[in-house]
Amino acid sequence: MRYVNSSNVKGRPVSQVNAQRGLSSRQETVPPAGRRQLSDMRIVQLFILPTIILLILMNIFPLIYSLFLSFTNYSVISSDPPVWVGLENYTHILSDPDFWHNFATTGTYALLSVSLQTIVGFALAMLLRSKFTGSGIITTLVLVPMMLSPIVVAVFWRLIFNPSFGILNPILGFTDINTSPEWLGDPALALWAIVIVDVWQWSPFVMLLCLAGLSAIPEYLYEAAAIDRASAWFQFRRITLPQVMPLLLIAVLFRTIEAFKQFDLVQGLTFGGPGDATETVSVELYRLAFQGQFETGLSSALAYIVLVVIIAISNLYIRALNRLREG
Amino acid sequence: MANIELRGVEKKFGDVFAVKPLDLTIKDGEFIVLLGPSGCGKTTTLRMISGLEAVTDGQILLDGRDVTWLHPSERDIAFVFQFFALYSHMSARDNIAFPLQAAGMARDEVKQRVGQVAALLRIEHILDRKPGALSGGDQQRVALARALVRRPAAFLMDEPLGALDAEFRETMRAEIKKLHLAQHATTVYVTHDQIEAMAMGDRIVIMSAAVVQQVGTPTEVYHNPANLFVARFIGSPGMNLVKAKVEAGGVRLPGGSLAPVSDRWRHALEGSGLKDGSVVLGFRPEAVQVRDGGALRAAVYADDLHGGYTMLHLELADGEIIHGRAARDALNALGSAVRFDLDPDMMRFFNPETEMAIPS
Repeated sequence: MRYVNSSNVKGRPVSQVNAQRGLSSRQETVPPAGRRQLSDMRIVQLFILPTIILLILMNIFPLIYSLFLSFTNYSVISSDPPVWVGLENYTHILSDPDFWHNFATTGTYALLSVSLQTIVGFALAMLLRSKFTGSGIITTLVLVPMMLSPIVVAVFWRLIFNPSFGILNPILGFTDINTSPEWLGDPALALWAIVIVDVWQWSPFVMLLCLAGLSAIPEYLYEAAAIDRASAWFQFRRITLPQVMPLLLIAVLFRTIEAFKQFDLVQGLTFGGPGDATETVSVELYRLAFQGQFETGLSSALAYIVLVVIIAISNLYIRALNRLREG
Repeated sequence: MANIELRGVEKKFGDVFAVKPLDLTIKDGEFIVLLGPSGCGKTTTLRMISGLEAVTDGQILLDGRDVTWLHPSERDIAFVFQFFALYSHMSARDNIAFPLQAAGMARDEVKQRVGQVAALLRIEHILDRKPGALSGGDQQRVALARALVRRPAAFLMDEPLGALDAEFRETMRAEIKKLHLAQHATTVYVTHDQIEAMAMGDRIVIMSAAVVQQVGTPTEVYHNPANLFVARFIGSPGMNLVKAKVEAGGVRLPGGSLAPVSDRWRHALEGSGLKDGSVVLGFRPEAVQVRDGGALRAAVYADDLHGGYTMLHLELADGEIIHGRAARDALNALGSAVRFDLDPDMMRFFNPETEMAIPS
């Protein structure tokens, strides 16, 4: 341990010296007998191991186990062991019109909210693209909704939508409580209400990705286009849009996946009501799995159907993205 | 095709001049080269002509039409950018078709025009590739095709060969010159490479420190530089510039040799008001004639064989090095003393205080 002592004499602990020299040089400077040696590979493994264990326990095991359960009639509250029923859960779901209603609601919701927040987000990005006084602060403020918890957002908007004292109806010009729209109570409006809140909360996300895409477009392309006598609309259509498209598609992909999983906003705003007007697949899934019936087998099958749908849609986007890249 | 006229055009960034007031008339069909070291204002001048940069004062006329405050798209000019500025997400074909489609031209005509210009530049085989998959030379050809396809009144080129490899540059230089001759289009070409400028320009505009130093044909700027900057900047190596004193019968070089001067120059030097007869003598390397019994003395410092000729580096008595061309087979031992004369027709004189050439 002569090396350690001599290092300490100079006032620097040996560990600090080693840290400055990096791992490889440590093996040359420290005698192997003095300390336990760990190879780089071993250190890498030690760092990764906890994550792997966590992933297997929390994600991979439940994923495989629920696939197994989806072919059984298991319920977590019964003492009976799972009994294999084959495809019965799947045929039950796919032949039940109530489930198809849930799918239709989810699809409508996804289409409306994703397309609206894409348009709003892209428009915001175009507006905030050029720097002006206060554009930094405005960009930050626009991003705030994204940072709120969906449950908090739902509670806020329940107050805003409230027909007797909410602020939205007076702003829209409805002052008479008897004739003003009941956003969350009217089956024709409730889904739109959720769409509005989702657009409010997540348009900034689309904007953020679009801003990144827009700022990556080199200025000289617009100079070349000005020389080529392209109108503003032609420049937008032939330069801005195609250049932003890859990032826009990624934003749309993320939002579509989220929309198909929509649960927290619905649960916070309408609980799936009125009636089943806003009952998305996720809400129905939650009810099946955790409320009253505890139909673990059936809900696992439903979850797997949602998973397959999301994977299929993601694949469409990813293919479009690859086509853009390859040209 | 068009002539371009700049009247007192200037560009200021804050209080700093990027281009000091500049007057220049470019004739129809002329190939003008703006030449100067980086930061001299040549690119700014070009961008002002194009409209990509606004002037802070002055007027720009295209064919007599005042375009000073018109948008680039209203000037009927094409611009070739240094780094090509191709639309990276489009194929070469779509890049070339872009200006035509922007003008709303019919599909058949676009196809025909793109085909024509692609044939002219011999790039038909790469039309379906994207710019990222093309070599630098081909990218520049696509950029040229995009500029040519619209048949604009004038071409503006900002160091179009600057981003190319040296070997491509020679080829593309010849191609651009040939295109210019075929199209007879007014062209303003920016470069910092004086060899390129000499090879291509009908006239060269030499700029330095935001000011035009000289406008002239390649021969003029080479043989009769207007000032010391041009004398140094043009030529490779530049003009030899030696401090000397005017005396009866000639000019005395440092170290004592007296170079005889023709009568015409003697009168010009006497009438030019030089301070204590101090003058800068300038001569091109090819004015040096090494021979026994020459009037001037030097020692051989180094010699480089350039294939066709030898470049001699001669050390004058005060240690200054001058460059002289000599025959390919001339044998001069390093350090040996040589004598040489200067071709009297190729001597030029500059005022050391104003740095301006003294007219003969």
